[in-house]
Amino acid sequence: MGARKSVYQFGYRRSIDQDSKNPVRRPVVIVGAGPVGLTAAIDLAQRGIPSVILDDADRIGEGSRAICFSKRSLEIMDRLGLGERLVEKGVTWKVGKVFLGEHQVYAFDLLPEAGHKMPAFINLQQYYLEGYLVERAAELPLIDLRWRNRVTAVEQHDGFVRLTIETPEGEYALDADWCLACDGARSKVRDCLGLKFEGHTFEERFLIADVKMSAEYPTERWFWFDPPFHSGQSALLHRQPDNVWRIDLQLGPDADPEAESKPERVLPRLKRMLGDRQFELEWVSVYRFNCARLGKFMHERVIFVGDSAHQVSPFGARGANSGIQDAENLVWKLALILKGEAPPSLLESYELERGQAADENIGHSTRSTDFIAPRTPQERVLRNAVLQLAPHALFARRMVNSGRLSVASEYDSPLSTPDREAFGGSAKLGLPVPDAPLHDSSGKPRFLLQALSGEFELLYCKDGARPNVPEGLRLTVIGEDLLDREGIFAERYDATPGSAFLLRPDHHLCARMRRYDEDHIREALARAKGLK
Amino acid sequence: MTALKTESSFPNPDAAYETLVEAHRGVSEADSAALNARLVLILSNHIGDLAVLKEAIALAKKAG
Repeated sequence: MGARKSVYQFGYRRSIDQDSKNPVRRPVVIVGAGPVGLTAAIDLAQRGIPSVILDDADRIGEGSRAICFSKRSLEIMDRLGLGERLVEKGVTWKVGKVFLGEHQVYAFDLLPEAGHKMPAFINLQQYYLEGYLVERAAELPLIDLRWRNRVTAVEQHDGFVRLTIETPEGEYALDADWCLACDGARSKVRDCLGLKFEGHTFEERFLIADVKMSAEYPTERWFWFDPPFHSGQSALLHRQPDNVWRIDLQLGPDADPEAESKPERVLPRLKRMLGDRQFELEWVSVYRFNCARLGKFMHERVIFVGDSAHQVSPFGARGANSGIQDAENLVWKLALILKGEAPPSLLESYELERGQAADENIGHSTRSTDFIAPRTPQERVLRNAVLQLAPHALFARRMVNSGRLSVASEYDSPLSTPDREAFGGSAKLGLPVPDAPLHDSSGKPRFLLQALSGEFELLYCKDGARPNVPEGLRLTVIGEDLLDREGIFAERYDATPGSAFLLRPDHHLCARMRRYDEDHIREALARAKGLK
Repeated sequence: MTALKTESSFPNPDAAYETLVEAHRGVSEADSAALNARLVLILSNHIGDLAVLKEAIALAKKAG
């Protein structure tokens, strides 16, 4: 127990940068080879931008950590070439049940409507995601991944950042036009810059145990308030691949983390829950968490991405999922800037959009935690009243909060061009566009998101000839390049012949109109690139 | 204070008060507090207006 065997082991290799007399300058240096740093590097490479990733470890292996990956993350991973592999390995689930004591008070179905390539959620151990990302990164010559490279100092200079890096063969310095701090909740880069989180630490302690067993539990998320096997506290049971189950037990504010991690304490707790079932303990961790963020994510040439920028409670799967979305939001902007196609001020929209997302995630996460771990006896009375009413009244079921699961953030952004006409459907300005099951021109089934380029793209609904579009904008004509035989695209986008939809490289909708107008699109495109 | 009605709504206020009192009669202190919590939730939802709820909370705090 404790540290498990490593799932993936990598080796330190000397870089030529270590032999240079003067520090070598790189366009992008990423600190941290976790899901966020690797996502950023792969996305940059796919956009033709080289990067160096520095990681202080040389292995992936300790614990499953993040386990729930949302549809939005899977769509991003699909663009990076990993979506299908993740879904194949992961456990797809959609039903959640909430119990008070022994009785079910509420069940939800994430009800993913048909006609999307990716499911609402999968469960997958973080080490699999990281392993797949490392393999994908290895296929891309533009990525230079350096294990056992520990950042020990960060200096801001005019127009670049100088990093001091410790390796098994001594220290070297490396300069970066841009440094992405993807080094997690205990970010070293953040410490080096003397930056502090603003927010709230929750006193409550929780025990996470990953347990291997062949159990007959269904593939559902089960959450108990005050279960008979763990009186007065909460408990969560959720399935991962390889017959591994995530168990999360609330321990209260006074629990001693060291004592509670010992098998002699953990095993009896689990036996009370699992009864006579045979199980094996894979990983145990006792944790407490913050709901907090940096006031600003950008500090001159250093940009904080993921947990280094903001932290939430685990209820709602908003940690890794929001970090992956941070990376995607940042990368296309950075790539345009490095290619000289957009001004550096475009990055202000990263700060704004992902700041909104962080605030939203922290808000949800704080509310969930307050519901799961009431702070006063009277709060507990109110919480229990909601649970008692839940089986009897819909309004109370909607108040039950065992974690509001991560969905894509809707950006209220200056990069969006406000609608001039009314649109219905599930597509929304500022949100990632919904998927739709289409056919290509040869009649083969093809999901819309699969067909998108990851560059600025115009979706135009056929109405006569192909329109002229501004240079550099990819055009896809629905009804010619892709066929909407089932009418689902038309329904989700409220699309009528001649209407046009402008998508950002991260697939967020940034402009739309009923009648295509080249000047209007040219303006919308300039606005979305921060040129206006 | 604009959204919350504070003028008398019940034609027979004594009967309304009696109904509330009777709900708590013979109930332990803890059960009574729990009952009140459920009532607050049910009635808040029935009102369904956050502005009214906030004004009601402000009035309740001021009066206590």
